[in-house]
Amino acid sequence: MEAAKETEEKQTRGIGEIISIVEALIFVADEPLAVKILAEVLEEDKETVQAAIEELAREYERRESGLQIREIAGGWQLGTRTEFHDEIRRFLKTRPSAKLSLAALETLAVIAYKQPATVPEILEIRGVQSASAIKTLLDKRLIVAKGRKETVGRPMQYGTSKDFLIQFGLKDLSELPSIEDFGDLTGGV
Amino acid sequence: MEQAEQLTFDFESVQAHITSESREDIKLALGAFSGPLDLLLFLIKQEQANIFDIPIARITDEYLKYIRRMKNLDISLAADFLVMAATLIEIKSKMLLPREISGEAEDEIEDPRQELIDRLLEHQKFKNAAEMLYERVTVEQAVFHRGRIESDEKNLETNASVFDLLTVFQKTLGRHKEEIQMEIEREEMSLAEMLKHIRAKISKVKEINLLEFFAAMRTRQELVLAFIAVLELVRTDDIKLLQRKTFGDIILKKI
Repeated sequence: MEAAKETEEKQTRGIGEIISIVEALIFVADEPLAVKILAEVLEEDKETVQAAIEELAREYERRESGLQIREIAGGWQLGTRTEFHDEIRRFLKTRPSAKLSLAALETLAVIAYKQPATVPEILEIRGVQSASAIKTLLDKRLIVAKGRKETVGRPMQYGTSKDFLIQFGLKDLSELPSIEDFGDLTGGV
Repeated sequence: MEQAEQLTFDFESVQAHITSESREDIKLALGAFSGPLDLLLFLIKQEQANIFDIPIARITDEYLKYIRRMKNLDISLAADFLVMAATLIEIKSKMLLPREISGEAEDEIEDPRQELIDRLLEHQKFKNAAEMLYERVTVEQAVFHRGRIESDEKNLETNASVFDLLTVFQKTLGRHKEEIQMEIEREEMSLAEMLKHIRAKISKVKEINLLEFFAAMRTRQELVLAFIAVLELVRTDDIKLLQRKTFGDIILKKI
């Protein structure tokens, strides 16, 4: 408590300055930057930093910037706005990277919703052996092995990774829509 | 051969039927159905049948017809399709049995199709979820981030893999081999003690250099215990392992 008070007394920055530093740090960070880390670097409390980020994100929106600050995978990240992807691709001369196959996406969906999920559990839902899909997902670091399940055969369990959250633009797993919401769309009823 | 006749599923005729189909067509048909459940859903839709009241005889026939066309499948895929064929035939035969026989007074008569229906509905949900993921990743690919600032010293934590861990272990083990050990009677350490030792140490010093820690072990047995203890503590989420830079030392850190 004493230490906390000391740092509090040291605070002489205005909110404007904090916003600027936060912006600079998010700019240089390679990965989504967590509020906790920002607070440590700035030696400010988390609430102040959180408020600064939210204000910063609003500023970007207000002036319809080409950039956006978003909350991804438990941190904040600076990225371009989706609307300008055509121009950016033309400039970078890149094409959208190869999409995952249907089999890989289905497997990923099962793992994302059922994690930790084992190979037999994936087989039960997909009705197909998914070994190559699982390998693809592991290679792309979208899933990680989460130890073995203490059941017959001790199958390996899989869960989604932080990269999954980043690549699919999710704050955390709870942002995924509930699996039950996908039930109403059943065709042929 | 006789068995095949019984199942109304004849491998010999599978071969014969294909001549009429072009190979391209078969491959195309397959692409859409990543598994037997997909094929079933497609057939139910094609027959405009109600998923909750599947006309099992008709669907089974259609399903088997499709399977006959699928010759160029790889083995494991084919096996999954055959398991479903067997399931369908089993359900079909159960449906033919008079229901009253199995119906106990109080027990509700289970529809032989129920399990399949549940699986199809569950599968459908995840197919839709996969579609949602596809849309999400497509949108995300339209967002660009600043290129990496090249720096090995950046304070990002890379997870050390089991293999990195093993390398450290091997290194230390190798060193121990070379040392001449004086055999002295000593109380042997148990895994529980080792776990306690690491927990106590890490709560004191916050971070332990794994290589140094292993090097401080006095016997091979202790070393093995230390290694297992580290794995156990990672598994139970008490500690995490991190590398501050590529090929750098592995650090134990309290969570």
